[in-house]
Amino acid sequence: MTALYNDPVGHWVVVTVAIAVLLFVVLTATAYTVWFERVALGRIQRRPGPNRVGPFGLMQLAADGVKLAFKESFIPAKTDKVLYVIAPTIAVAAAFLSWAVIPIGLWYNVQYWIADINIGVLLIFAFSSLNVYAILLGGYSSNNKYSLLGGLRSAAQLISYEIALGLSLVPTFMIVGSLRLRDIVDYTVHWGPYTGPIPLVLVTPIGFVIYLMAAVAETNRAPFDLPEAEQELIGGFLTEYSGLKFVMYYLAEYINMITVSALAALLFFGGWYLWFVPPVLAFVAKVIFFLFLYIWLRGTLPRLRYDMLMRLGWKVLMPLAIANIIVTGIVLVAVQG
Amino acid sequence: MADENGNDHDPTPLRRPGEGVPPKPEGEKPSIAGDVAALAGGLKTTLSEFFKPVVTTMYPEEKTPRSERYRGRHYLRRYDNGLERCIGCELCAAACPVGCILVIAAENTDEKRVSPGERYAKTYEINMLRCIFCGYCEEACPVQAIVLGPEYELSDTSREKFIYTKEKLLEPLPPDVEARLNAKGTAVPTPAPLPNPPPQGGRETTP
Repeated sequence: MTALYNDPVGHWVVVTVAIAVLLFVVLTATAYTVWFERVALGRIQRRPGPNRVGPFGLMQLAADGVKLAFKESFIPAKTDKVLYVIAPTIAVAAAFLSWAVIPIGLWYNVQYWIADINIGVLLIFAFSSLNVYAILLGGYSSNNKYSLLGGLRSAAQLISYEIALGLSLVPTFMIVGSLRLRDIVDYTVHWGPYTGPIPLVLVTPIGFVIYLMAAVAETNRAPFDLPEAEQELIGGFLTEYSGLKFVMYYLAEYINMITVSALAALLFFGGWYLWFVPPVLAFVAKVIFFLFLYIWLRGTLPRLRYDMLMRLGWKVLMPLAIANIIVTGIVLVAVQG
Repeated sequence: MADENGNDHDPTPLRRPGEGVPPKPEGEKPSIAGDVAALAGGLKTTLSEFFKPVVTTMYPEEKTPRSERYRGRHYLRRYDNGLERCIGCELCAAACPVGCILVIAAENTDEKRVSPGERYAKTYEINMLRCIFCGYCEEACPVQAIVLGPEYELSDTSREKFIYTKEKLLEPLPPDVEARLNAKGTAVPTPAPLPNPPPQGGRETTP
């Protein structure tokens, strides 16, 4: 495998196959994340959720997809047509690009990745920032005041929380000494009799809490879903979108959700290492756990008011993240001498 | 204080900022620990609901019980000997507040005896799109011929299919409903067949 990967032609073959597999797996995972969310939210409200299409309603997303795909591709009057069409594609492209650098352990010594870059995490943040353009342009080009307000809210929210999100991970990089995701997962400690990889959440618990909150805001999920706030903004930037363009935004939201969950598993919970459990299963289990956490939060917490959101981001999370970096730095210097 | 109409009422005063807000309980200062505990309490509630059984009625497979007096689709009843109860008197059509019943009566003859009475309903149609299921037809009927049954799933694919004809209305009632109606003493003993109708042909019926 390694020989094939190092061969210039074989490299491209491997990468192309990997991209095809990734597209299939991520799209399927997205569909079943939506199903999982609807069932879990239903159970929280003591409903069964979708259970009509296929066994346990598992084909519901196929039915929804067909329905949305065959809808008329409607563009409202006086919109900026180019931006209106480009905006949702930016959302999907940015969401998929993040997966280029996410590695997954397949079996005990076999790992999968498309691009093993030494600034992997930075790249993911760069791509997730592109989401702002998708939402802002979509809101701007729709020629609708609710869309515009949603887009503006989103821009402010994403910029605010990106700072906390980035800073919350700095202690992790300081401890591991690398931004390569595989290095962070493989981070090995020698604590007394124990030698091996550990979940980094034990070392940077505050960083994890900040990451979790900032990530929810970064993916525009409840309770930070102000850009699409149905009750106030009739769907925000999504108001004028329907059919396949709506699917793209929807898809991007759920891919981002899975990305952030996968990142939480990789950065803080030891990625695919879980005792004797096969790496793929361990990784998937961790991702599902974080997805459930997301859905659980959505089923529990009401949406934050806009000023509360800003206050939490700037006055609580950012100072906390900076303090976390300083304390980690001091401790690191004290431990390592 | 009275306004120009002489009505005496208190005008609602505008609330000043902070007015009417209940004071914070003594010794309970807002704290991060309290906020986190509140969040945890909410999460605990939703998680405990998650593991409770669902309360949904799986409708098409599982139906909620109907009242005995539920007013669903109509039925025309028969006597035990197979004769139709309806005597074509059109009282149901007269009682109907929306005029959805059409009855065209005809005379019974010895050769063709449909009901025990003098006349019978040659045509009996109910427009189910107009019907409001008030049950006045059932109340008006002197021979308990028309009753409202328990069925409520009446959706169909065209307007024409909602004109219920006599054949459809004469379908037998669900046995339990029929038994209940008979037990209530609404069953009328089958009258003896009439003597031959007058040879003059009787009155003309008007639709």
